[in-house]
Amino acid sequence: MDAFVSSYVWPAVIMIGQSLLLLVALLLFIAYILLADRKIWAAVQLRRGPNVVGPWGLFQSFADLLKFVFKEPVIPATANKAIFLLAPLVSVTLALATWAVIPLNENWVIANINVGILYVFAISSLEVYGIIMGGWASNSKYPFLGALRSAAQMVSYEVSIGFVIVTVLLTVGSLNLTDIVNAQRDGLGTMIGLPGSFLDWNWLALFPMFVIFFISALAETNRPPFDLPEAESELVAGFMVEYGSTPYMMFMLGEYAAICLMCALTTILFLGGWLPPVDVWFLNWVPGIVWFALKACLVFFMFAMVKAFVPRYRYDQLMRLGWKVFLPLSLAMVVIVAFVLKLTGWGA
Amino acid sequence: MGLQALFFYMFAFVAVASAFMVIAARNPVYSVLFLIVTFFNAAGLFLLTGAEFLAMILLVVYVGAVAVLFLFVVMMLDIDFAALRSGLIEHAPVGALVGLVLAAELIIVVGGSTLAPEIASNAAHPIPPIAERTNTAALGDVLYTDYVYFFQIAGLVLLVAMIGAIVLTLRHREGIKRQDISAQVARTPATAVEVVKVKPGQGL
Repeated sequence: MDAFVSSYVWPAVIMIGQSLLLLVALLLFIAYILLADRKIWAAVQLRRGPNVVGPWGLFQSFADLLKFVFKEPVIPATANKAIFLLAPLVSVTLALATWAVIPLNENWVIANINVGILYVFAISSLEVYGIIMGGWASNSKYPFLGALRSAAQMVSYEVSIGFVIVTVLLTVGSLNLTDIVNAQRDGLGTMIGLPGSFLDWNWLALFPMFVIFFISALAETNRPPFDLPEAESELVAGFMVEYGSTPYMMFMLGEYAAICLMCALTTILFLGGWLPPVDVWFLNWVPGIVWFALKACLVFFMFAMVKAFVPRYRYDQLMRLGWKVFLPLSLAMVVIVAFVLKLTGWGA
Repeated sequence: MGLQALFFYMFAFVAVASAFMVIAARNPVYSVLFLIVTFFNAAGLFLLTGAEFLAMILLVVYVGAVAVLFLFVVMMLDIDFAALRSGLIEHAPVGALVGLVLAAELIIVVGGSTLAPEIASNAAHPIPPIAERTNTAALGDVLYTDYVYFFQIAGLVLLVAMIGAIVLTLRHREGIKRQDISAQVARTPATAVEVVKVKPGQGL
């Protein structure tokens, strides 16, 4: 019995505790990311943004949460009830499940698995199901059109994201996310005589891929300027038209969890994760989680700025960008990176 | 070990049950959704045996791409499923035969390796222990060395299939407006605008 408790019960309790801690921290982070999104958008347009609930509107997201939860959920009469309610659950569960393998600091990860990046890629490729199921189950025109658009869009941009990840894996030589961050301790910066600096990280060595990844991440998470699935000027609100109250909130939560995930992934793949930007004693003393959060917030700031000042793409342009520009470019970069690594012997 | 067995039975039971629901469900969209559940549980079984790479690839390829296409087709096509279902009894023997052959093959493979465990040592490449080499690396070790030609041929077959699919569906329709990005970008005032002096009262 003791063996059972020490080998199964305690690890399970510890893992559940860690997961709960991460989830609460993540949900709080999302609440403020949402507020930041609206504040940045407002600032670009010379507005104030939400400023009524709490000081500087700091409690706005919680007020929104209460509003959504206390509203009556309306299910359309012709909708497929089971799938209609399953869809938002699927999208939020998958978006949160990916965080199990994201390392926030050295050894700060719930599941440090060997194929971490593949797991992230697999789960984020499933997020399209929430949207398709929601669009189909609503049994109405605009949601269905939005769902089809969204599915095509996400599948298209996953291809180039996959190739970008392959180039990073080629340079790093591991699929483990912790290894990917630690491999960025030396790189281009070390070669030119600035070891341990932000020049070592992958963003410089793989700059074109960094750009492609950022833009593909925007498309993958249905962020403006690629928010065609919910383009309000043509599809009302796309796959979410028939949703209200808590199910709608879960879709939004899933969307923002996916956005945070993309920010974290950009940080891990290209911006050196929890590594400090310059090798100085007082910067090394700052905990890694702070650097991780700062970098993720920086990426999110770019996400928010793009939303604020880039007009929406037309759908055929979006598809052309994905298949005719990003796919050949990233494929060519895979070949080039592989050749460079093989010829110079940097990879091994 | 007990926990592993528990998870095995859970994954196996859900996989078999949802595989049954794939053919039993009345609504084809439900069928595809149950198929996805089956894939998921198969990935879980792969994970239990330590084949983490295969599990993830199963999710990426089958659930992330193939099943999305299935779902697309099932949702888009207007098929009369009652008519499709009417031939069920006539086709049942063929289906049963295929199932029987597959089951027999599985039993031969699994039975062979349990009755005569030394067969495994005949393999050209013994499977390295998972603690020494992750199975992503172990797969790469054989795939890109001994089996590189087979790997290339598989890629070539896929390429031909892809080109075939494009050729079959691509048709250039006449008389529709197409966007030519380079022509638009290359436009200058000289090529786009013609300045005409119009005398009063005459028009063009």
